[in-house]
Amino acid sequence: MAAPSGVHPCLSVVYKFNKLLRQKFCCARNVLCKALAVNPYRHVIGIGIQNSLTYRFNFLARALFGLIPLMAVIYVWRAIFESKGSGSSVGAYSYAEMVSYYLLTTVVDALTAVNEDDWQIAADIKDGNISQFLLKPIDYLWFRFCLFLSGRITYLSVAAIPVTIFILCLQRFFVLPADTTTFFCFLLSVSFTAMLQFFMSYTMAMLAFWVLEVSTFIFILFAFEYIASGHLFPLDILPDWIERLLYFTPFPYQLYFPISVYMGKTSGPELTKGLLIQFGWVVAMYFLARFAWNRGIRKYSAVGG
Amino acid sequence: MMNPKSEIQDPKSELPAFPSRSGFSRYFRIYAALWKNSVTRETMFKGNFLLWIVVEMLWFGLQLAFIGVLYLHTDNIGSWTKWQVVMLIGASHFIQQLFQAFFLVNCTNLSELVRTGKLDFLLLLPINTRFVVSLRQVDLGAFVNAASALAVMAYAAKQLNFIPSGWQVLAFLGLAVAGVAVHYSLMFLLATISFWTVRAQGIVWGYYNLFNIARMPDEAFRGVFRAVFTFVLPMLLVSNVPVRMLVNKFTPESAVLLVLMAVTCAVVSELGWRASIRRYTSASS
Repeated sequence: MAAPSGVHPCLSVVYKFNKLLRQKFCCARNVLCKALAVNPYRHVIGIGIQNSLTYRFNFLARALFGLIPLMAVIYVWRAIFESKGSGSSVGAYSYAEMVSYYLLTTVVDALTAVNEDDWQIAADIKDGNISQFLLKPIDYLWFRFCLFLSGRITYLSVAAIPVTIFILCLQRFFVLPADTTTFFCFLLSVSFTAMLQFFMSYTMAMLAFWVLEVSTFIFILFAFEYIASGHLFPLDILPDWIERLLYFTPFPYQLYFPISVYMGKTSGPELTKGLLIQFGWVVAMYFLARFAWNRGIRKYSAVGG
Repeated sequence: MMNPKSEIQDPKSELPAFPSRSGFSRYFRIYAALWKNSVTRETMFKGNFLLWIVVEMLWFGLQLAFIGVLYLHTDNIGSWTKWQVVMLIGASHFIQQLFQAFFLVNCTNLSELVRTGKLDFLLLLPINTRFVVSLRQVDLGAFVNAASALAVMAYAAKQLNFIPSGWQVLAFLGLAVAGVAVHYSLMFLLATISFWTVRAQGIVWGYYNLFNIARMPDEAFRGVFRAVFTFVLPMLLVSNVPVRMLVNKFTPESAVLLVLMAVTCAVVSELGWRASIRRYTSASS
């Protein structure tokens, strides 16, 4: 685009500069488009975030209401610690550590919990929505994983404010990790937890290929997760043999393990071993999810698809 | 919990045509028809019906396990001993399940009725709209769960060497009804928010979290938290007061307070419902 005639020479420079910019911009956009075509999953995350933003009010309500039982549990522990006298401990926990533990469960939960992904996957199968993924060059598992990630990102951005305020109110109990290595291991463990949570939910949702109503099964698994992953209480206040037994299941790695890393209760060779086992569960659950999908697809008859 | 049974609706098509009688006997007959509908619905999904009972039993067992673990490390919470708290959890479950049996599904469905505009049809029926909205479906499995809660309470009573008198049982049931009334009024009030924002289901499910507080011994709580959950959302009265009457911690004032709060909640909820229904502008029509 040339500068219109009769325009001040100064302005023509501006025009030229604009033109240049526009070319550069188009170039950048082309690159972006290509990248998106190569990697549609990035696009999925973007759309997922936009989609789940419409639920921000629900997310906020969930985060706020979720704090109430948390406060209740902390009050109950306070009553217990007070009746035992000052400086007392329950298992290996002082009162401050106990409060820290519950605050951390909230944080890890916000980072990793599966929200409604399992229901949606089950519904996709039931309604025949997965048919399109059998034709498109996009993998349903990773597609859902992207949506799960975007759901977590949105939830975090909404829940961050109430949860941060709550933690600040109780900040004298909130311990920071011992050093950066610990914190790094915690982050690694949390990301394993997120994957583990997702693959387990995904596998459960695959039941929709065989049964009409999966919600009961999901709730039954959730009940076990709730108690055995450390939602209700830290697992090391349980009798020793129960705790050891639980470590044969994936449940402790869904919540308790990353927190124990953060609080420095698991360190050294124990920590390495724990991370490896956690990663092992992630891989195992991934293959179980793949296996369930492949078996399910054989039975799938695209109802209404 | 999400209830798959809720997908089948429109029981009105099966309501017999009523002569223009009014009053109690008419409503009684309508309610009998709604019950019949619910029974039919449950028999369609027998396996699912049983599985939901298993789910509720598991969660109930989970609460008891939690208390079991707490009492591994302490002998009392406030003045509450282990079996007293077990009784409290049983009573709380009993009240919650009664509420669930009659009202829960209906409360959570309200936002769906508003969103889809199906409320139109209920508004047109020649009966009280709140009646039909609140009582359309009965969750029969919840009665089984309420019975299991009573069994746990009876076991706890045996551990405490406590045999209630007939009057105590009656008073307990009376206070439990007040507790159910509190749950229903508050949940219904929350559900009417869906007239303002369609995505109110989050709030309704959020209320589920409050049941957690009802099962905790009231003495653990203090300050603002205790005041709010006694005088605003009286969760700390709902099951604590009926149980206190059974375990010799009873004060008449607390019973009066529970009944007063139940009446207040009912009135506020009715006012809220009336204000909300005025805003209803239907959908899709």
